[in-house]
Amino acid sequence: MNCSSHHFDYLLRLGGSSLVLGQRMAEWIGHGPVLEEDIALANVGLDLMGQARMLLTHAGALEGRGRDEDALAMLRDVPGFRNYTLCELPNGEPVSQVGATRDYAFTLTRNFLFAAFQCELWKALGASRDAELAAIAAKSAKESRYHYGHAADWMLRLGDGTDDSHRRMQAALDLLWPYTHELFAADAGEAELEAAGIAPRSETLRAGWLQAVEPVLAEATLARPADTGFLSTGRFGRHSEHLGHLLSELQYLQRAYPGAQW
Amino acid sequence: MSDRQEWPLYEVFIRSKQGLDHKHVGSLHAPDAKLALQNARDVYTRRGEGVSIWVVPSSAITASDPEDKASNFDPADDKIYRHPTFYTLPKEVDHM
Repeated sequence: MNCSSHHFDYLLRLGGSSLVLGQRMAEWIGHGPVLEEDIALANVGLDLMGQARMLLTHAGALEGRGRDEDALAMLRDVPGFRNYTLCELPNGEPVSQVGATRDYAFTLTRNFLFAAFQCELWKALGASRDAELAAIAAKSAKESRYHYGHAADWMLRLGDGTDDSHRRMQAALDLLWPYTHELFAADAGEAELEAAGIAPRSETLRAGWLQAVEPVLAEATLARPADTGFLSTGRFGRHSEHLGHLLSELQYLQRAYPGAQW
Repeated sequence: MSDRQEWPLYEVFIRSKQGLDHKHVGSLHAPDAKLALQNARDVYTRRGEGVSIWVVPSSAITASDPEDKASNFDPADDKIYRHPTFYTLPKEVDHM
């Protein structure tokens, strides 16, 4: 299969998003509110890392310049990453009290919004003419459905829980919602990918995503934020200030000891 | 967090791929039964242990008193004739 740069960028976008959010999940290990949730987030993170490995391996093979998953994950800097900005936001600082780096409401709400998106994405990519991508989508769909269920259960309980939990969930949702615009925004390459039968236009995923998101928000007594013109640009390699910090930790070992192996 | 109310305890039973019956594998805390299932999936089936999960509130289990162990179980010790080892099985039955 010939690989256009759009095709490569698209795989980097999906692989990078799974990788970066997987790393955010890893940051919870040992800090979960209860043991069971600590393990749950580790499981979600491992699923995402697994998706990243497959997608980046596939991207490297298509590119044909001998870069493997590690080269793409560990040896590129911020502008080389194409992940959605939503995935790189810290686990809570923006909505928490000063000094708190982890907020469960924020973490779960992001997982909920992104897992709902991935469910739609994998459904559509299951029919991709890129056979490898279709196979990755089929495997990942089961994982994302679980992530969605886990997060949705907590949306209901915390959104429709105590006054404090409701306030925190609503604050997280208000902060995160504008970043979901990027998931469905058009870009220059998508017409080509759609014509080639490789990937759907992003906008076509939005209706299914809203169907998965809105009823849960309503049942959780959370107000669905209004859409604004805000559009983040992580998929073009223009990131928030947070990704560099995340990569410095993720890539530390390969930066400090190039070529180090387990 | 001492001011937090503890979540209730659930007992977890898993049916493995090979086994027909659910076996007790441990317990966990969860706010309700649905999340107990979710948690059990995450804590107890990470290595492909199971194909089905039951969770039961620990408070719903009535247990025998360890103090009564002798009176409950020792009387069976000298009644070996209750074991089916004295029957000769027809050859066709093979393993039973």
